[in-house]
Amino acid sequence: MNNLKKLLGIVWIFLAIYTAYFSIFELALPKISTGHQEDLVFGIIILCILTPIISLGLGLFGYYSLLGEYDRKKM
Amino acid sequence: MNENSTKSIWKVIGASSMGTLIEWYDFFIFGSLSIVISTKFFPADNPTAAFLSTLATFAAGFVVRPFGALFFGRLGDIIGRKYTFMVTLMLMGGATFLIGCIPSYETIGFWAPLIVLILRLLQGLALGGEYGGAATYVAEHAPLGQRGYWTSWIQTTATFGLFISLVVILLTKSFLSETQFDSWGWRLPFLLSLVMVYVSYLIRKKMKESPEFSKAKAEGKTSTNPLKESFGNRYNLKFVLLALFGAAMGQGVVWYTGQFYSMSFMKTVMHLQSDQADTILGIALLLGTPFFVVFGWLSDKVGRKWIMLGGMLLAVLTYRPIYESMYQLSNVQQKNKLDETTEPTIQQNSTIVTITKSQYADGTEMTSSKIQHQEGELKGKETVKTTVHLKGKNYILLVALIFIQVIYITMVYGPIAAFLVELFPVKIRYTSMSLPYHVGNGIFGGLLPAVSTYLTTNAEASHTPQFYLAGLGYPILIAAVCFIIGSLYINNKSTPPNHE
Repeated sequence: MNNLKKLLGIVWIFLAIYTAYFSIFELALPKISTGHQEDLVFGIIILCILTPIISLGLGLFGYYSLLGEYDRKKM
Repeated sequence: MNENSTKSIWKVIGASSMGTLIEWYDFFIFGSLSIVISTKFFPADNPTAAFLSTLATFAAGFVVRPFGALFFGRLGDIIGRKYTFMVTLMLMGGATFLIGCIPSYETIGFWAPLIVLILRLLQGLALGGEYGGAATYVAEHAPLGQRGYWTSWIQTTATFGLFISLVVILLTKSFLSETQFDSWGWRLPFLLSLVMVYVSYLIRKKMKESPEFSKAKAEGKTSTNPLKESFGNRYNLKFVLLALFGAAMGQGVVWYTGQFYSMSFMKTVMHLQSDQADTILGIALLLGTPFFVVFGWLSDKVGRKWIMLGGMLLAVLTYRPIYESMYQLSNVQQKNKLDETTEPTIQQNSTIVTITKSQYADGTEMTSSKIQHQEGELKGKETVKTTVHLKGKNYILLVALIFIQVIYITMVYGPIAAFLVELFPVKIRYTSMSLPYHVGNGIFGGLLPAVSTYLTTNAEASHTPQFYLAGLGYPILIAAVCFIIGSLYINNKSTPPNHE
């Protein structure tokens, strides 16, 4: 199980990178460029709040997982 | 537990739940009255006011709540739980009351939406601080082995707060004429908050500080810098991340899907009458609320992990069939039409309105209003508004389908307060548990309506056959990832060593 958690750490890091790409280029930037104020606020929130939390948070979670911080003996 | 301690814990539950219930009521009343509020404070033809309206909706709903969690969490870990959640209660009550007192945009112009925005932000801050305090306070009074049961009473308050807000609005509307409600009656639910907050303040004032915090304080074991200890310490930070990605984010999307996406789906996709949709949701919430306590109690017996994750897994597996069934209940293309009548055309200001009423074999009624515009930007164009009214078996089936989603909510939400409390040590508990909860619930859940609407709109534009289910992609994906992380990384015995 500990090895699986470490291996999945890589998956979470890649997922964090993909989420950052998707959030920025598929969600936030198209919204910001519509010119509607409602979309602008939504896009900025995606860009400045959701993306950093998901990407940095999930990336850090994956990094800790890869380092074995979630091994049974360390929990 | 002896009789005295049972009485004492019920007092703690009563005082804490009452305050938290009022805070949720205050928070939801704004959303439930958003249409009337927008006409009073945020006129659509004024771009600045419309911009402030969007900020008030988005910012207070989720951006500010985590900041409230950090600010009040820190205070709660330094000066104590009781005083901190007294402050959040007063802040929330005061802000809600004042929203009810603000003169409209017509009277004071730009100041009206600006003051509403500021008060709404204060509401978000207060809510961010309240929940962690109440959950921690109750958990620290509860006997070991019963935290799930006792904290589950706090968990009922969010759903019950939404229910109470709907009931207060419906009652106010029923006692007043439409003109009275639109003129001043909408202010009453806001003003009522002050009375409720005052009662709750009096009750909470008599309560003592939590025993675990008092003990830690007496022994000099409280934290001087809870933020640094919570998020600057790798050992604790990994539990914060685990709480967020292994529990809170899945809980947030399941909670918002069952309570808010379902309501929006009924009104905008199924085209149900607004009052009927509110009533159906209200019945399902009322029937489902006791299950928070059932699953909280059960989590003391079998562990928190698999109940929460079970709720997420069921949601992932069944959301699409549930929403497909909901859609078909109002899909008149599949129904046998019995009768159709068209009322005489009405001239209203610059529009011509033609109303057609259709009846179907299963009792469904549909009203279509065709509006032809004679002036303005829409001159020469037609818009059609459709409302559907369900009856009999279809009505009961829809209540059942919403009820199932409320059960998922109770599974993921009932045990989560105890789970979060047990994950962190007393000295940084308030701070550490509040942040993942409000990020999970407020941000992952709070963004659900906007992200799901975006996905649905894209699917509709690309002519996807089941475009109305596209919005479910977001909660299903988030809940699935959360399920995988939670099932592999969380121990069913969730209290880490030396955390008590």
